[in-house]
Formats: sequence, C-alpha cells, structure tokens
Amino acid sequence: MSNKMHIKLNVNGKDEEFLAEPRELLIYTLRERLNITGPHIGCETSHCGACTVTIDGKSVKACTVFVAQASGKEVTTIEGIGGPDDLHPLQNAFKEHHGLQCGYCTPGMITRATKLLEEIPNPTEEEIRFGMAGNICRCTGYQNIVKSIQAAAAEMSAAKEAAE
Amino acid sequence: MIPATFEYYRPKDMAGVLSILSKHGDDARVMAGGHSLIPMMKLRMADVPHLIDLQDVGGMSGIEIGADSIRIGAMTTQSDIIDHVGLADAAPILREAALQIADPQVRYMGTVGGNVANGDPGNDMPGLMQCLDATFTVVGLEGERDIAARDFYEAAYMTAREDEEVLTAVTIPLPTGGYAYEKQKRKIGDYATAAAAVQIVKEGGSCVSASVAMTNLSDIPVYSEATGAALVGTSVDDAALKAAMAAMLGDIDPTEDNRGPVAFKNHVAGVILRRAIERAWSRA
Repeated sequence: MSNKMHIKLNVNGKDEEFLAEPRELLIYTLRERLNITGPHIGCETSHCGACTVTIDGKSVKACTVFVAQASGKEVTTIEGIGGPDDLHPLQNAFKEHHGLQCGYCTPGMITRATKLLEEIPNPTEEEIRFGMAGNICRCTGYQNIVKSIQAAAAEMSAAKEAAE
Repeated sequence: MIPATFEYYRPKDMAGVLSILSKHGDDARVMAGGHSLIPMMKLRMADVPHLIDLQDVGGMSGIEIGADSIRIGAMTTQSDIIDHVGLADAAPILREAALQIADPQVRYMGTVGGNVANGDPGNDMPGLMQCLDATFTVVGLEGERDIAARDFYEAAYMTAREDEEVLTAVTIPLPTGGYAYEKQKRKIGDYATAAAAVQIVKEGGSCVSASVAMTNLSDIPVYSEATGAALVGTSVDDAALKAAMAAMLGDIDPTEDNRGPVAFKNHVAGVILRRAIERAWSRA
C-alpha cells in the first residue's frame, strides 16, 4: 500500500518539496532523503537527543516526528547553525573547551543549546544542566559541555552588548 | 523502528476530526504532540490505520484564568504550562509537575490533553488533575460532556472517553493552600517510580483540607480520600504523617516491573508522600 503525500518543508532556509509516506520519520527524511546528515540517530526512542533539530522555534527530537506533521514548517539542523568556515560561537566554544570527545551527540547538543541560549541568554550551571537534560553524552561527563555553553553564552552576550 | 503504514489527516476544525473518527471508529486515533503515541506506533504496539493530527484544529490551546477556575485547552504543551506567568501564581503545582515531566524537547511537544487522555498510568497529569479535582471536557457528535478526573480512569489506557470523542479541555477549580508535586524517577525522561500530588489548607496551625493523589502505583492514578482524611484536623505532625502514609498504602496497588519489586515501590511511595506533604505544609 502506498499512500504518499505531498510534503513541503523549509530546511535551513531552503524550500524542499517531495512525495513521502506520512509514516516516514523526520530524521530519515533529513538524513536519507535530503542528505542532511548532521542530526544523528542515537537511540531512536526519544531519549538521547542526538537527532535534535529546531522546528518552528522549538527543540524537537526528529526521531519522534512524522514528516507529515512537520509539513509546512521550518526546520533548522546543525548545518543551518554554522559551517566549517563560519563556526557558530557554540561550535567554536565546544571546540575550544573540549565539549566533545567522539562527537556523536554534538550536533544535537549544539542545536538544543542554540535554543536554550535564546530562552536564557546567560544561564547558570544548573539551568544549563536542566535545559540540556534531553541530550545524552556518554563521553564527556558533561562538565566540558557546561563550560562550552557558558563560554559561548559569555561571548554571545558580549557581542550583543557591543552591537547595542 | 518504522511504524506500520497509516492514512494521515490534518483537519482544520473539530467537525472534520469527529467525522473521520465516526467513519473509522476504533481504527482512528487523534494525536496531539505524539510523544506517547508515536513511540508506541514505532514499536508496533499501537495500530493506528487512520491518524488524525490535531495541530491545525483551532481553539484547542491556551490557558484562561477565571475568578473561580482555570481552563486549559487540550493542545496546551507542558512548555506552555511552565512559561505561563499567571498560571505560576494561580496554580503553581502545575508548573512544579510539568518541570518534572520528560525533558525539554519532549515538553515542547507533549500536551496536557494528550497526557490526561492517553490513560497511561505513568503519566503525571492524571494524578495531578485528580488531586486538583479537575473536570475534563470531551466532545463527540452528540455534543460536549464533562467528566470528573476522579471518575475518568477505568484501567490502563481505558478511560470514560468514548472512541468517537475528543478531549478538548481541562478545567480546574482555583487551588488554595500549600502544594507539592514530588516525583522519584530513575533518570531524566523516565516515568515515576512513585509520585505524589498534594494540596493542603492550613488554618490556625491545623489542617482543614488535604487532597492527595499518587502516580504510577496502580493501573490508574490513585486519588486517596483516606490519605487526605488522615491529615485533616491534625497539625501534620509525625503521627499524622504516618497515618497518611498508612492510608495511602491501603489505596495503591503497585506491580513489580523494571523500576523494582512491590515492597520497594511501597517504600518509595511512602517516602515521596511524606516529602510532598511536608513541602506542601511548609507552603500552606
């Protein structure tokens, strides 16, 4: 049985249109259909956060969203946050402060952290740990992830003040 | 983890939802945030040939705080509950509970309506709504009806809502007194090993009313009238706390699972209830 639907997505600023079965999970759409492989599949059961993307301003686990639900929405992945020659302050901070070891969780971590810093521009350590609780890292013990987010928050706040 | 194939609908109004539900009966399910239903569909434990996404149905979200009651639209997310300034004053127990549900990503998607309607004994909002004596509004082709939260749950995933009805709103009498939502879980994102919702009113140093409900300690949430009664008329001293814990243990019916054996769950339920009552009393 094929029941393909016409799906429209805006991913990282680019409009995408295609036919897909409604049951296709957004993480597969991104990785296998659109070749956007930054969001990773970790647990595939809504726990680990490696597949975190932003949908219409909300951090969402792309393994727990049907592509049909996301149709008509704006999706941002790590690829839309910064690139190798144009690192986002969070990407740079994770690099400088050893916020990653194997790096598998990092795209989800940074994507989630961009939204956290929008909501709380200068979070305390407790706010970071609570706000990042949906993202699991099995390497770092989290300490350097917290440091990275604090450093990025300081840099982003300073840049914002300088601009004002 | 690919679910079975299904037809997807995204109606713009409730009439559209109800017409699909009445046409397909048991084969159709409504979905709010999907964070309970989609995992079950991926595991192929839920078979949903016709999936009705409620996201475009107007008028189903929002929080209205009235003189005597609070109305919460079913599509209001846990994140909306946490961020709502007026609600944190009017019914702070809702925010305290919502902050203990799942993790940030899930709270952006998970809704109050989905949480109470699903009938999962692990969900936190059903017990909380029983503690607060909330009323659920459901709508079907015959019109609307109200069902008390304390009468809504029949067994795991079985509720007083008919298959052709949709839960649209939760109405809560404005709570008074001290409050606490206390939850023990193994990790962030886990369901409760035991959780307790307590609202308690103090006058002249003694307890004049107390409402207590427990979560994930039976196949339905447990509103324990006896626990509240054990506290009323006391100064919530150690003897009253022990009486309340004993009354609660008489009403719950935990089963052994990967969160532990029955004796452990009874122990944790007692500890959690004591903490919840003590914190609620300190705020009363």
